[in-house]
Amino acid sequence: MVASEEILKEAARLRREFSGDIHDRLTEAIYADAVEVAGRAVARTGQPRRMHFELFCDRVLTSRVWGFPVMILMMTVVFWLTIAGANVPSAMLASLLQGTVYEAMHEVARAAGAPWWLAGFVIDGVYLATAWVVSVMLPPMAIFFPLFTLLENLGYLPRVAFNLDRLFKRAGAHGKQALTMMMGYGCNAAGVVSTRIIDSPRERLIAIITNNFSICNGRWPTLILIGTIFIGATAPPALASFIAATSVVAVALLGIIFTLLVSAFLSRTWLKGEASSFSLELPPYRPPQIWQTIYTSMIDRTLIVLKRAVIMAAPAGAVIWLISNINLGGSSIAEHAVHFLQPLGLLLGLNGVILLAYVVAIPANEIVIPTILMLTLNVAKSSLASTGVMIELDDTAQVHHVLTGLGGWTMLTGINLMLFSLLHNPCSTTIMTIWQETRSLKWTTVASLLPVALGIVVCFFTATMARLLGLI
Amino acid sequence: MSARIETAGAAAATCGACSSSCNTSQLTRLGIKSGGWDYVVALMGNPNTGKSTIFNSLTGLRQHVGNWPGKTVARAEGAFNYNNKKFKMVDLPGTYSLLSTSVDEEVARDFVLFGRPDVTIVVADATRLERNLSLTMQVLEITDRAVVALNLIDEARRNGIEVDERALARDLGVPVVPMSARRGEGVSELLSAVDNVAQGAYPTRPRRIKYRDAKLEAAVAALAAQLESAVGGLPNARWVALRLLEGDESIIRAVRDGTLGELGRSDTAVNLTQLGAS
Repeated sequence: MVASEEILKEAARLRREFSGDIHDRLTEAIYADAVEVAGRAVARTGQPRRMHFELFCDRVLTSRVWGFPVMILMMTVVFWLTIAGANVPSAMLASLLQGTVYEAMHEVARAAGAPWWLAGFVIDGVYLATAWVVSVMLPPMAIFFPLFTLLENLGYLPRVAFNLDRLFKRAGAHGKQALTMMMGYGCNAAGVVSTRIIDSPRERLIAIITNNFSICNGRWPTLILIGTIFIGATAPPALASFIAATSVVAVALLGIIFTLLVSAFLSRTWLKGEASSFSLELPPYRPPQIWQTIYTSMIDRTLIVLKRAVIMAAPAGAVIWLISNINLGGSSIAEHAVHFLQPLGLLLGLNGVILLAYVVAIPANEIVIPTILMLTLNVAKSSLASTGVMIELDDTAQVHHVLTGLGGWTMLTGINLMLFSLLHNPCSTTIMTIWQETRSLKWTTVASLLPVALGIVVCFFTATMARLLGLI
Repeated sequence: MSARIETAGAAAATCGACSSSCNTSQLTRLGIKSGGWDYVVALMGNPNTGKSTIFNSLTGLRQHVGNWPGKTVARAEGAFNYNNKKFKMVDLPGTYSLLSTSVDEEVARDFVLFGRPDVTIVVADATRLERNLSLTMQVLEITDRAVVALNLIDEARRNGIEVDERALARDLGVPVVPMSARRGEGVSELLSAVDNVAQGAYPTRPRRIKYRDAKLEAAVAALAAQLESAVGGLPNARWVALRLLEGDESIIRAVRDGTLGELGRSDTAVNLTQLGAS
């Protein structure tokens, strides 16, 4: 077909003349034409008040000036409600599960004459880890997820995606990455799967690699707890929840900044290319169906995430108990591991227990905090047992007491744990998902190790700065 | 409903009786089983415009749900009878445009371009006409046999929006049917408009998008003229020219391997072997 080859050649020549902006010109022309036709056909009668109101909302929520402040404000309010609301039920659950039920179980075991190792393995290991996960995670999740789902159903999240699109485009990434990032706030594995909506393989890889910077379900409770006891507690009581919420928002925003920086870095180095354009609908605002939302977010998110956490916590509890109670040369495996990791941990402004906890918690981020607490208690047990101190961790103040008293934590440890919680390897489910989606050992490795590397650099930086400035 | 929608099997027409072009092999390649219908109707529209409601109210229980060949995009097919003729209906993925190359848009676009349905229904949300017209006008660049289903007209009225459907039909050059699919209003009018366009009783003169850019307009005109002389009777030379300017890989392939050329000769059945294994 000589004729068609000639046409193609001519098209290629003309294309070069337009230097690649045909798509944008076209999109604008089509829209201008549509506006013209619609303008002739549509007449507005009556009082279209609702439409005006929606337009006004969109102007504010997606405005260049107000868009981001409103977004930060919304996030702060959501976390403030979560933190302020979760305190009391968390304490009640803890005193029930770690207090009453825990003691009752030990009494039953004593009465039944169960050997110490069996009672220890089952009650101090498997049960306690599970109870921790439930009392630490259930109340914040039960408040946070319905609030988040309400925002989603109101139609606010697409506006956030719209605001972020500009930034992603500047970072050389696909605007839809704003959506996959949102999905990652639920679960990174789901976020990675959701990158299928991005068609360009280059932009999709960027979205997959950076998805881990979206704080997932498993990490929100860690941030909320540490933000509450280390940062909120430094403020006057009236402001404590608000300051704690601000610190969580700050970490989440830092995650967005890292997403953009790493995207920009990748799109200028290994994954070079232009950002492609797409349409994003700003759906009409809909009054959310509150009860249905609460019900579905309880079932869909809270219980499912909790179930996963419990399934992961039970074996982790078993592992923690075993490594804390099997002795090699006078001290337990956990103590050996903690001592081995301690120098690196301290260098990063963390400690050996935290690093070990992150190794134990590779299957699920949800169990980081329970693991840290149990390891801290177990490693310090030898000294405790002699003094006969009885510890009841039935409120957050006690958690603070254990971490600072027994674990030697400082403000820096708290802050760096929050940073490390943002910047560390994805959980094993996410790593598997990345492998399934990319089928590339190279990119799976990059996606797994890049965040840890960043975490180490950032934590080392803050720790060094804090030391140089004499803050600790 | 004044129109009579007949039950399955009432009309035993075969493809041999097609009054329109038979594009059987292309349709087979797109996963549509051949035979058993008089007309193929494609259903397009933005997401959230009531496309599925219209699909359900036209096809009722006569539906088949599956996937597009080789794609993970869901597809629904159905059928309905009207005026003693059998219509095969294909629900295309909801999209906002046909410009970028998401899989959904590609599936929808390829079906209209290569499958050449006898009628394409574009569902438009009357409360958000501008945005919905953007897709409508892109569809009208590809096919001239279209009907606009102006849905959610009741919601538009409630919001104080009056749409002059006759002005709209004049501007777009295709029938515009105001409807409220949720309440079943306008369904019979839609059926009759689809039937009119399928039989050629309604002469469509689809609007062509003005590119408002002398340089672009000139380039499109030049390429379109070349395409028309190379491929006679191409219904969408301007649109193909634009895709070539944009460097659209699948259109370039279609021009190169002659698939597009076949589209010009509407009365010839396409030889499958010419299509290549794309």
